[in-house]
Amino acid sequence: MSKMSGGSRIKAILIKEFIQLRRDRLTFGMMVGIPIMQLILFGFAINTDPKQLPTAIIAPNPSAYTRDILAGMRNSDYFRFEKDTVSEAEAEEGLKRGELSFVVTFPADFGRDLVRGQRPQVLIEADATDPSAASNAVGAFNRIVDDALRDDLVGPMAQEKRGQPAVDVVVHRLYNPEGITRYNIVPGLLGVILTMTMTLMTAISLTREAERGTMENLLAMPVKPVEVMIGKIAPYIGIGFVQVTIILLAAHFVFGVPMMGSFAALFVGLAAFIATNLALGYTFSTIARSQMQAMQMTFFFFLPSILLSGFMFPFLGMPEWARWLGSVLPLTHFLRIVRGTLLKGSDMWDILPNLWPILLIFTIVSTIALLRYRKTLD
Amino acid sequence: MNGEVNAIEAAGLTKRFGEKTVVDNVSLEVKQGEIVGFLGPNGSGKTTTIRMLTGLLTPDSGTGSCLGFDIVREADQIKRNIGYMTQRFSFYEDLSIRENLEFVARLYNLKPMKDYVDRTLERLGLLSRQKQLAGQLSGGWKQRLALAACIMHEPRLLMLDEPTAGVDPQARREFWDQIHQLADEGLTVLVSTHYMDEAERCHRIVYISYGKVVARGTVEEVIASSGLTTWVIRGVANGALADELRRQPGVEQVAQFGTTLHVVGSDAVALRAAVDRYASRPGLEIAPGETSLEDVFIRLMSQHGEARS
Repeated sequence: MSKMSGGSRIKAILIKEFIQLRRDRLTFGMMVGIPIMQLILFGFAINTDPKQLPTAIIAPNPSAYTRDILAGMRNSDYFRFEKDTVSEAEAEEGLKRGELSFVVTFPADFGRDLVRGQRPQVLIEADATDPSAASNAVGAFNRIVDDALRDDLVGPMAQEKRGQPAVDVVVHRLYNPEGITRYNIVPGLLGVILTMTMTLMTAISLTREAERGTMENLLAMPVKPVEVMIGKIAPYIGIGFVQVTIILLAAHFVFGVPMMGSFAALFVGLAAFIATNLALGYTFSTIARSQMQAMQMTFFFFLPSILLSGFMFPFLGMPEWARWLGSVLPLTHFLRIVRGTLLKGSDMWDILPNLWPILLIFTIVSTIALLRYRKTLD
Repeated sequence: MNGEVNAIEAAGLTKRFGEKTVVDNVSLEVKQGEIVGFLGPNGSGKTTTIRMLTGLLTPDSGTGSCLGFDIVREADQIKRNIGYMTQRFSFYEDLSIRENLEFVARLYNLKPMKDYVDRTLERLGLLSRQKQLAGQLSGGWKQRLALAACIMHEPRLLMLDEPTAGVDPQARREFWDQIHQLADEGLTVLVSTHYMDEAERCHRIVYISYGKVVARGTVEEVIASSGLTTWVIRGVANGALADELRRQPGVEQVAQFGTTLHVVGSDAVALRAAVDRYASRPGLEIAPGETSLEDVFIRLMSQHGEARS
């Protein structure tokens, strides 16, 4: 054999690969179009220094000084005021549900005490389940307060500018006071691992039947689409809970993640989340024409799930359109449930606002799957 | 009505895939207890027709019924009452014979399942192999498993799509013995094939070419209606002689079988004249022969193929 013929054999394979790639439009599109889309999407959406974080104020008796501080906070761009003033109960619930990142509390006599030079306290409570999301804003808060009051403290009060700050800023890092990253990451991983494995398991279920030629037989026998779907999804719910058990045991014994809340609530959330991911994978398999395509779909679903759900980057720090996109992903809601039940002590009632979106996604996805399932070979 | 009604009745079935009309105005009647052979070259629309009859494809036009159930509206009842054996082996290769049959028995809700499965395994001689994975079986055994799976629920109508493709002669013969035994028990069978010897084992045949029915009847009827005459030339026949014969007027087909040539034509007089020219050649023996179904089909294929192109 000469070297020439070796080159020609390589060329033969090379040309064949190009022809096959050109025929497989979907793969080609995914390799060119989707990276561009993702670059733009994630490039603009992701921000590791989150701004505009939802903040609630408790100020029973707002004074001019309070308003100056609030204006300073707003100008800093770190805080976005959801409601002007709320009750303590509302604030606590908002933090627990993950709807609020910060609650700033001014005491009733804040203005009076400030004027008297009594160094009133301002309390900032931060949801520290994601330590990185909270730290910059909390760090900026002291300076914001000082700057806001500098112009107010003139005349007799000017002396207060010297020496100690006029206001005593108290920071409470809730749910994760030591700012331990793995308390946030390990529960999140539970959701990420389930997303990947569960979706993949069912994504190939129908395409495999089609590729092995068993689909025609399945269609020729008296079995209803919904029966096929339930039969194909159910076994993996069990497998999902095996994974859950392993991860939770590791979270507790290896990573020391606190488990504060209701296990029943976590279980309900898990069941809904696992079923939704399985239904989603099943839907992919009704759309894809080959196992290869089904796996590509799973992968391109997995990437935004990691990036836009709040697993890797703070959800509330993303622009509004990106948060809308993130809200379509079941992982976004599940992360709040799992962090809520493990770190914040959430119960069944607390997880409801994040449970119904998962159930809604499940319903929509299952409907699509059943509509897409063709009872004929047409 | 029952007993009188045809097991399969179809009128004007048409199916298009894009621009291509794959099945064109096909009508079909199969009486109860009949074995009807559905013949035609590859790509002639046999599988598409069968899929429409089983409710797996929706016809673009035309109507049909199987066992009295409408093929469009009552596909679910059809699925429950017929047995359909797909052209490609479509059972689970990573399940054993027994597991595959149990799967099917559960889908048809056959109870007690074990009895149905045992009976079917025994009937088709699969008992000793029941634990073998389907993927490890040879073609003949796979086909036997497929037949077992589609007769287990005791259907009244069987549709078999090229059931013996790639199966050795011994297994084919056993398979056909099974089919005849089932027909004796009252089962109606529609079987597609392109083996001529199998066509001759059917009560009636329907020949389809480019989506159209071009011949139907018993084998004798189809041969007689073709109007073909055949002469057999024995002796030192060879390829050169065959080529020479093909150029003669009146000769339409020449097929070589060892040292024997079959010469076929539709104009009996012209054909006779053509072969007579060789009667004087030394070593050649010329005699009238019987026209075979294969000769008829090759003629039908070339006729309708030309009409197309």
